[in-house]
Amino acid sequence: MSVQDVAVQKAAPPPTPTLRPRRWVAALQSLVLPLLAIITALIASSVFIIISDTELLALWRDFFAAPSIALTASAEKLRAAYSALLTGGLGDPVRIWEGLRTWLATGDNTAFIASLEGIDRTLVYSTPYIFAGLAVALGFRCGLFNIGAEGQLFVGALASAYIGYSIKGLPMIIHLPLALAAGAAAGAVWSAIAGVLKAYTGAHEVVTTIMLNYVAFRLSDYLLTGPMKRSGFNPVTPPVEPSAWLPKLAPDPLRFHAGFFLALAVAYFVYWFLWKTTWGFEIRTVGANPNAAKYAGMSVARNYIIAMGVSGALAGLAGTNEILGVNHFMAQAFSSGYGFDSIALALLGKSHPLGVVLASLLWGFLRAGATRMQSAAGIPIDIVQIVQGMVIVFVAAPALVRMIWRARFLEEEAETIFTRGWGA
Amino acid sequence: MAPVLELRGITKRFPGVLANDHVDFTLEEGEIHALLGENGAGKTTLMNILYGLYTPDEGEIYVRGKKAEIHSPADAIDMGIGMVHQHFMLVPVMTVTENIVLGAEPTRFGPFLNLREAAEHIRELSRTYGLEVDPDAYIRELPVGVQQRVEILKLLYRKADILILDEPTAVLTPQEVEELFEVIRSLVARGNSVIFITHKLKEVMTIADRVTVLRQGRVVGTTTPAETNEQELAAMMVGREVSLVVDKAPAQPGDVVLTVEDLHVLDDRGEPAVRGVSLEVRAGEILGIAGVQGNGQTELVEAITGLRPPLHGHIRIKGMETTWATPRRFFETGAAHVPEDRQRDGLVLSYPVRDNLVLNTYYKPPFAMGFLIKEKPIEENATRLVQEFDIRTPDIYTPVSNLSGGNQQKVIVAREFSRPIDLLVASQPTRGLDVGSIEYIHRRLVEKRDQGCAVLLVSSELDEIMALSDRIAVMYEGQIMAVLPAEATTREQLGLLMAGVRPETLSQPVETVEES
Amino acid sequence: MTPTTFDWTTFRHTHLRRERVLGVVYLLMGLLIWFLFFPSVEPGAQAKFGLNLVTAVKPPPLPDLVVPARGTILLVGLISAFIGGYQLARGFRDPQALMGVVLILFFVAFIVWATAGKSFNLTGMLASTLLRATPIAFGALSGIWCERTAVINIGIEGMMLSAAFTSVVVASAVHSLWWGLVAAMITGGILGFVLAVLAIRFRVDQIIAGTAINIFAVGLTSFLSSSWLSVRQDLNAAGNFKPIPIPVLAKIPIVGPIFFNVNIIIYLMIGLVILTHIVLFYTRWGLRMRAVGEHPKAADTLGINVYFMRYVSVTVGGVIAGLGGAYFTLGSVGRFDEAMTAGKGFIGLAAMIFGKWTPIGGFIASLIFGLADALQVKMAIMSVPIPSEFLLMAPYLVTIIVLSGVVGRAEPPAADGQPYVKE
Repeated sequence: MSVQDVAVQKAAPPPTPTLRPRRWVAALQSLVLPLLAIITALIASSVFIIISDTELLALWRDFFAAPSIALTASAEKLRAAYSALLTGGLGDPVRIWEGLRTWLATGDNTAFIASLEGIDRTLVYSTPYIFAGLAVALGFRCGLFNIGAEGQLFVGALASAYIGYSIKGLPMIIHLPLALAAGAAAGAVWSAIAGVLKAYTGAHEVVTTIMLNYVAFRLSDYLLTGPMKRSGFNPVTPPVEPSAWLPKLAPDPLRFHAGFFLALAVAYFVYWFLWKTTWGFEIRTVGANPNAAKYAGMSVARNYIIAMGVSGALAGLAGTNEILGVNHFMAQAFSSGYGFDSIALALLGKSHPLGVVLASLLWGFLRAGATRMQSAAGIPIDIVQIVQGMVIVFVAAPALVRMIWRARFLEEEAETIFTRGWGA
Repeated sequence: MAPVLELRGITKRFPGVLANDHVDFTLEEGEIHALLGENGAGKTTLMNILYGLYTPDEGEIYVRGKKAEIHSPADAIDMGIGMVHQHFMLVPVMTVTENIVLGAEPTRFGPFLNLREAAEHIRELSRTYGLEVDPDAYIRELPVGVQQRVEILKLLYRKADILILDEPTAVLTPQEVEELFEVIRSLVARGNSVIFITHKLKEVMTIADRVTVLRQGRVVGTTTPAETNEQELAAMMVGREVSLVVDKAPAQPGDVVLTVEDLHVLDDRGEPAVRGVSLEVRAGEILGIAGVQGNGQTELVEAITGLRPPLHGHIRIKGMETTWATPRRFFETGAAHVPEDRQRDGLVLSYPVRDNLVLNTYYKPPFAMGFLIKEKPIEENATRLVQEFDIRTPDIYTPVSNLSGGNQQKVIVAREFSRPIDLLVASQPTRGLDVGSIEYIHRRLVEKRDQGCAVLLVSSELDEIMALSDRIAVMYEGQIMAVLPAEATTREQLGLLMAGVRPETLSQPVETVEES
Repeated sequence: MTPTTFDWTTFRHTHLRRERVLGVVYLLMGLLIWFLFFPSVEPGAQAKFGLNLVTAVKPPPLPDLVVPARGTILLVGLISAFIGGYQLARGFRDPQALMGVVLILFFVAFIVWATAGKSFNLTGMLASTLLRATPIAFGALSGIWCERTAVINIGIEGMMLSAAFTSVVVASAVHSLWWGLVAAMITGGILGFVLAVLAIRFRVDQIIAGTAINIFAVGLTSFLSSSWLSVRQDLNAAGNFKPIPIPVLAKIPIVGPIFFNVNIIIYLMIGLVILTHIVLFYTRWGLRMRAVGEHPKAADTLGINVYFMRYVSVTVGGVIAGLGGAYFTLGSVGRFDEAMTAGKGFIGLAAMIFGKWTPIGGFIASLIFGLADALQVKMAIMSVPIPSEFLLMAPYLVTIIVLSGVVGRAEPPAADGQPYVKE
């Protein structure tokens, strides 16, 4: 056995896309690591929750004088925080039960509907995550790290908002698809710039997409304060025509809209595209081994551009979804960093559409819960980003999780290559 | 007197493999001890243990009679052990001096390098041992033969006296091998001891004082060249009688399939690598391209297969112009390509066997309808080929990274040979494989030839070229030195041609086959 | 045998063609200068360039540099056209290098055009170039330390941001800028070490590890600044380092006020550029760093501890990024704002690439980026007829152009980004 062969033997198989009956066990097993990663991250972030509270910190200063005070106070803080997270993300079971009883008893469903706000938020928040997470995941599959989803989101939002408010009197059946297509196309074009640069000059997509992010932000600054500005004081666009809205599927005050189902459909489309078409086969081959792809007669450059374009279209849809489904106009602060969060989602979902959907639901839940944590327990919403940073680390470093949990039972898993160095 | 080096009961396990199984080995002072075994027998693993790159699971090492704990190369260097690795351990963008002093740098005023002093010392060393090299040259500009001298100088600079040479002749011409043997003899004459790792029987017979044969991680026996012969060593090495020749009937050449005319190709650095090559391969014959690695063979094959656009000249397959063809167009003319580096180019290691078997035909019926992938035909194809080509894999869904080198190569061979093809370009098709797989692939190649396929075989193994080819083209510095009929050619002639000696200056006139 | 009908002069011609193209490009640049800038300038308008800093009093003030705008543009365009013409007719030995000259000419024409009829403080802009280049240069140096041992550090941005935060908090808490600086270095060093552990011990994909550090840093600093700094404003008031004039040198006209009357962090940056250059190319440590970055296995077989080299170098890289972070706060505004690094860490990486992984090259590249940034501010003030948002894009666009290798490709260290697996 030569050295090379031994090294190869040690690298275990990455998950095969086609799930065969006996692979379900493996599939379930592959959930263990992400779950442990999330749990670890949540535990670790408890520390930050405690140190963020200056009163608690004061108690800890007197820890040696009165340890129980500091401990109980911290435990109380964490309990409050995490119950806020749960009720914020899923709803308060007591309220739901009461609401349901009132509805059944009196036929008045307002209380019930209001009690569903938590779950409504979770679904609404998770929708852009699904789109953006798919964008990054598709890039990973082609060996590209599209870190510029945020910028693509912005140009997608701008384009769809423009189509949404500037064209009037169209029937919805034309206007809505048109606005969606505009958002996707704008995102695609924006990211294809990075794809073209990568393909023909070798400029690394990580830096170019980040730079394109800043350019997109400045561009939107310019458009929102100039050509696309609504008359009035605020730098926002005119309202989008209702004919371009993504139809709302739940009564007020809930905000659940058709975007969620669109996202699920797009997730299935991405799965189909990657594993059931020759284009997807090429993209995955280029991602797994560009040299072999070239040998087999595929154009590496063309696939970089296609993958980057599709990825950007998905990111553009994430922005479009927010404009047409939630805000109905474009403002500078419309995105709360979906583009950056999507990196964690793609990693957590192992770059598989189903995984991305599950991860996005979790993220939507965290975000919805964190909003409530902020209002109810006074914990800044940025905690989500801290959790995120840690989740990325833990998912990318299975060995670390294994070490923390002393989980020897977890099989050595394939360490998928996500990115390459600066070279071609 | 205690031997200078003794290994006792060395055992090393890798996941799923027992690389060394209670290996005993002794090296006497001033001897050249060959360690013989085929690819994968555990020779390199054993030496990496000795050099501190691996830790053994069991066993002890004694250096000059004392028990030695070797945990890192630094420990080994301290004990006077030095190793020239099969793949050179040189930094291409640094100079000879920088490479040699690395890790043992002379300094002045504290941390500052004193390279001038080092260069002086290196000049002295190279004079003493007859290892000519310019200390200020950059490694990337040096030919491999010179690079090997640098590697040896690295050991001498560290005053190593137990020298391990891992397959040192793989990259050399027969003449350079002779020179290397001279150097080794002069090293031993000065009191050094040498372990010479190889899988080539001839070299053992020429240079070794003693030889230890390794098979599947175990020591089969130790003997001296005087007490044995090549046949016996081969049997020890492989564990059964091996025929050292490939059975084949005389070739029956048909029409010209591949024509290359005055081809010029640049390498990655933009330097000319192929300089005016013309050749023809006919249906039903094997044209072997012999030559030391790095003389333009890689670039020639890449140009023919569409991976590298040529600068000038023409390539035609069955009369069709394919000079600027893409790899896809190359395949679609009915040609096949077994690439030089199977893991880099030929396979997607993370893909299952099934997908690797359609890597370049996935877009065509029956595997695809338009842009839709058809899974069923792909799986049927895989099941059939796994059986037909005897690919040892648990199932067709197993990633090829889990297969052994021989089976990985069989995947490529199955994919390329199972299509109807008229031209086969095979580059180093048996590199790093065990004897069983080598025999299998040789058989398949001859079989393809007999079916009327034109075969262009590139190999740096002279034995392989001589055993398989019907005609042999020798390549040196980007040019074809001569094209010779295989049966009338000797190793010596080929060796001289590979070293750049012009055919017309050879003492024995060589019959050259002129291109029309 | 094998007649070579192919003559190498044909080959030279294909190369010549590229050289011709360059000649044409230079010629066109000359024409472009005329077309773009000449017509919109009033005849007789003058461009006035101030050569004194507004703050500078002591050195005898230099007279303003006044040039006729149209004439200068005409002249500069002519020179560019001449270079192109000469390249076409005779050919320069190194036509690629002239790209730089032509770009400078274009830049001069642009400034003269923008200044026509107004006045423009040239020394002021150059001084602000250095200020704006400083964090970028720290980023580039940090990247060089990491990548010369083959660890990609894309987390420089996050390291800077975290260090900017801790430096302000510590400096405000103990009322000492120096302790703030130390805190910044420690923060950067810790994050550098974390990156090293992730990349080396756990073999995490390095770009992903760096991204995690970035996201984590943004989250943590925003989290802590909204939970602490919003309550305790006194923790976000550190003040800043004042410029220290170096005797004699500071009195040199133009150069003096730009380079020798700056604050300690900028001196540190210049010192680090020189130090890194010496370490990398003249010391034992540097030789080993380069070997580890190019061919870790070769270094390993010679008894060099690859992992140790990487741990130390990446941690040092983190410390340097930390200093860069301190520049944002202690070196300029004296307080912390969320996301205040604004991508400078990434631009630093681009500067590193542009500078071909060398400290001096990286520094020069940083100056170019700094210039783009400084110019953008000046132009906005001078109300040039370009929307300010577009001027703000300039540094980012320049980065993209530079990365696309328009100005020549560079080779990274051969093992860059690959974990070293010791069997």
